Amino acid sequence: QGLLRRSVSHSFLSFPSNTGACRAIQKLTRVRVVDNSALGNTPYHRPPKCIHVYNKTGVGKVGDKILLAIKGEKKKALIVGHKMPGPTMTPRFDSNNVVLIEDNGNPIGTRIKTPIPYILRQREGEFSKVLAIARNFV
Amino acid sequence: RINSDGKPAAFQPPPKPVIIDKQKQREERRFLSPEFIPPRGRTDPLKYYIERKDMIQRRKVFNIPEFYVGHILAVTTADPYANGKVNRFVGICIQRGGKGLGATFVLRNVIEDQGVEMCYELYSPRIQAIEVLKLEKRLDDNLLYLRDALPEYSTFDMNMKPVSRLEHEEIPVNKLQVRMKPKPWSKRWERPKYNVKGIKFELPEKKMEEAQKWSQPWLEFDMLREYDTSKIEEKIWKEVSEELKK
Repeated sequence: QGLLRRSVSHSFLSFPSNTGACRAIQKLTRVRVVDNSALGNTPYHRPPKCIHVYNKTGVGKVGDKILLAIKGEKKKALIVGHKMPGPTMTPRFDSNNVVLIEDNGNPIGTRIKTPIPYILRQREGEFSKVLAIARNFV
Repeated sequence: RINSDGKPAAFQPPPKPVIIDKQKQREERRFLSPEFIPPRGRTDPLKYYIERKDMIQRRKVFNIPEFYVGHILAVTTADPYANGKVNRFVGICIQRGGKGLGATFVLRNVIEDQGVEMCYELYSPRIQAIEVLKLEKRLDDNLLYLRDALPEYSTFDMNMKPVSRLEHEEIPVNKLQVRMKPKPWSKRWERPKYNVKGIKFELPEKKMEEAQKWSQPWLEFDMLREYDTSKIEEKIWKEVSEELKK
């Protein structure tokens, strides 16, 4: 009974409204895939979780690459927004947002509807393709 | 005009028009931005005096309008990474924090079903314009519970037109009772320590009574926590308004 109450939605398509402490993304955080790729949008009985952060510290902020476990597969992803408040003048999102990415940096989806922070434009070289498919910026 | 005698009447000047001096009326409503009030502590007041001078200097160059929590603001900032170098954000002010030059305010909006909050520093040179789109006070000092409320209460159109307000003295208080998403929430807003008046609690009576267990009725009588700012406010208001007039 308690287990059922914890998970707000049965299919994890609607974004995970976990109201825990606001931390950035680390191992075992449930994330929300934001692009329109098939992997990210098909429902599965387990939410996509981070299993590794490609960072010196294990904490991922906006613009970091992480390894995601979705539908029994491993996929790399790029963090585009987290619940933790960052430096002033940067947006703080209500959910941990992530965009699925290949090893060479090409995004898998074709469109990103949710707003992306402008800070990502600083690393235009690495993320140019992801920024190209983004629609809204904040 | 001819009198009853038959002689022309003396020239009578028209009645003097009644001048309503709006400047005076506005000054009667004193608003001192909360970041001017120094926090309670043992630091030298000289530090706050110097900081206030810097704040007034910035306000002379850039107009920071009067706003409270619950107003809908549009802020344009200079951003090197945005096309057009300018970034515009519209949102409802949920919280005003910090004192002195580091004073911040947080704007919240829901864009494409994603809640976004931006924390801006009032005196940051990156801010180019602050416009008040809608003047509206709410029942609470901070609207952090909007994070757990239904998203319709935080959505505002990015291209909203400023709602015109007459130069009245009163800022309207919106007694809106917000409906929440199902529990769990980020904070237990039903508990009396948050003192939230703007939520329509649809919880059973038992839960509300259970929440009252955490009430601390002795807090309001605690004399060590008292911080009477009325006299400090008067002094600072006089100082600030004189400096701004120069």
